[in-house]
Amino acid sequence: METVEKTTEQSTPKTRETFQPRIVGFLCNWCAYSGADLAGVSRLQSSPNIRIIRTMCSGRVDPAMILRAFELGADGVLIAGCHFGDCHYLEGNFKTMRRIELLKMVLKRFGIDEKRLRLEWISASEAEKYARVSFEFTEQIREMGPLVLQFS
Amino acid sequence: MPKPKLALYWAASCGGCEITVLDIEEKILEVAAFFDIVFWPCAMDFKYADVEAMQDQEIDITLFNGAIRTSENEHLAKLLRRKSKTLIAFGSCAHEGCIPGLSNFYDAKSTFEYAYRESPTVEESSRGIYPQPKTAMPEGEIEIPEFYNTVKVLDQVVDVDYTIPGCPPQSAQVIAVLEAVIDILKTGKALPPRGAILGAGDKTCCDECPRTRKEKKIKEFFRPHEIIPKEDECLLDQGILCLGPATRSGCGALCVKANVPCRGCYGAPPNVSDQGAKMISALSSVIDAATPEEARKIMEKIADPLGTLYRFSLARSTFRRVQMGNGKNEK
Ligand code: SF4
Ligand code: SF4
Ligand code: FES
Repeated sequence: METVEKTTEQSTPKTRETFQPRIVGFLCNWCAYSGADLAGVSRLQSSPNIRIIRTMCSGRVDPAMILRAFELGADGVLIAGCHFGDCHYLEGNFKTMRRIELLKMVLKRFGIDEKRLRLEWISASEAEKYARVSFEFTEQIREMGPLVLQFS
Repeated sequence: MPKPKLALYWAASCGGCEITVLDIEEKILEVAAFFDIVFWPCAMDFKYADVEAMQDQEIDITLFNGAIRTSENEHLAKLLRRKSKTLIAFGSCAHEGCIPGLSNFYDAKSTFEYAYRESPTVEESSRGIYPQPKTAMPEGEIEIPEFYNTVKVLDQVVDVDYTIPGCPPQSAQVIAVLEAVIDILKTGKALPPRGAILGAGDKTCCDECPRTRKEKKIKEFFRPHEIIPKEDECLLDQGILCLGPATRSGCGALCVKANVPCRGCYGAPPNVSDQGAKMISALSSVIDAATPEEARKIMEKIADPLGTLYRFSLARSTFRRVQMGNGKNEK
């Protein structure tokens, strides 16, 4: 028998000011993660709301992992990988692009705003882009409010 | 030795699983001879009180088909769990919600609204009269089961020992499982590990499919009525949405052999938690698009993506139901 844990944090209503979005960021090792790393090394501020998970390729991120992140309380999910042509595994990011498109279609029909899922291409040198995207996405999710899922 | 006791129950289901049990043909005589059938509402006259009167764990095996739609379904699931040594989820409804689970596109309120008010087949004099769990009558209060907001699968309400997938499980597989069970009970052989899927394979439907596959490059999807599929080529290669890659083997690729795409009734393959997500992955690898716009154009031809990717597994999916937009979140 399965149970779904719901933290009290998730179920208490929040005002826009006190709401801290929980965002899971799947960043590919070769580009986006290095970009985020560079942001850190360069002392560029990036959003602390993004919990980064390093994956070998954006194509490694199974749609089931994204759904699971939402199920367990993420308010937003960021997938970031290499620009087209730069993927370490050649075509991984093309698969990612198609996957995210289809997943967005499905999320929408599940009644979940597709804007909670964001895909970005960030190279290893684009520290500023990572920093910008991280704040932009955090603010966007803050605007949307917490994702409260109803399972029963 | 007294005969082992067998119970069969149907919750929210279509009755097809009951027919599948009879579909094992003369084997049913062997089953009836070996077991003492103590409860089988579809075929024999037993009352719930008969089950309530039993000792805990008195029933050796219960085959439970159907999803959990009402409080009655849940009550029986809990009762039979308590009275049975081994509880088996039998068929897709008990396993993953199946077609009854598609009602998780709606909630109890909107379902009632349609069924008792909007539907053109509601008789005028009773339009807008909704069933009440309790009704006062001159003879006293009468009760009907509560209709839940969300359809659940069996293992979301009780612990399940084994699962036999399929809509319905194929009779050859049912025979194989029953024979194995009889053998275990006769010889005392070890049981399969708890939680095991019985009566199915551990690959995907594609592995049982006789069609030839090419390198897939899908430019356009077709609905079955828009195309006459070639008999020997992979249906997905031809742009027909076949759930074979995201479906457990076990049926012998029944539908595909009849020139119809697999709809996914045997559920997710091993180590896959969400059948729809698996199919999203599979499709993303074969759609021939290099830009998001191209991809969207091709995908837009998929009719009812949620109902297609989760036709059998919506109630078991990661989200279990469609979010009804309870206000603030998703406008
Ligand atoms: S996708 Fe369908 S038709 Fe193609 S190999 Fe798999 S089961 Fe067969
Ligand atoms: S081909 Fe697919 S839908 Fe048809 S019986 Fe097999 S698993 Fe079920
Ligand atoms: S390695 Fe970065 S997207 Fe594939």
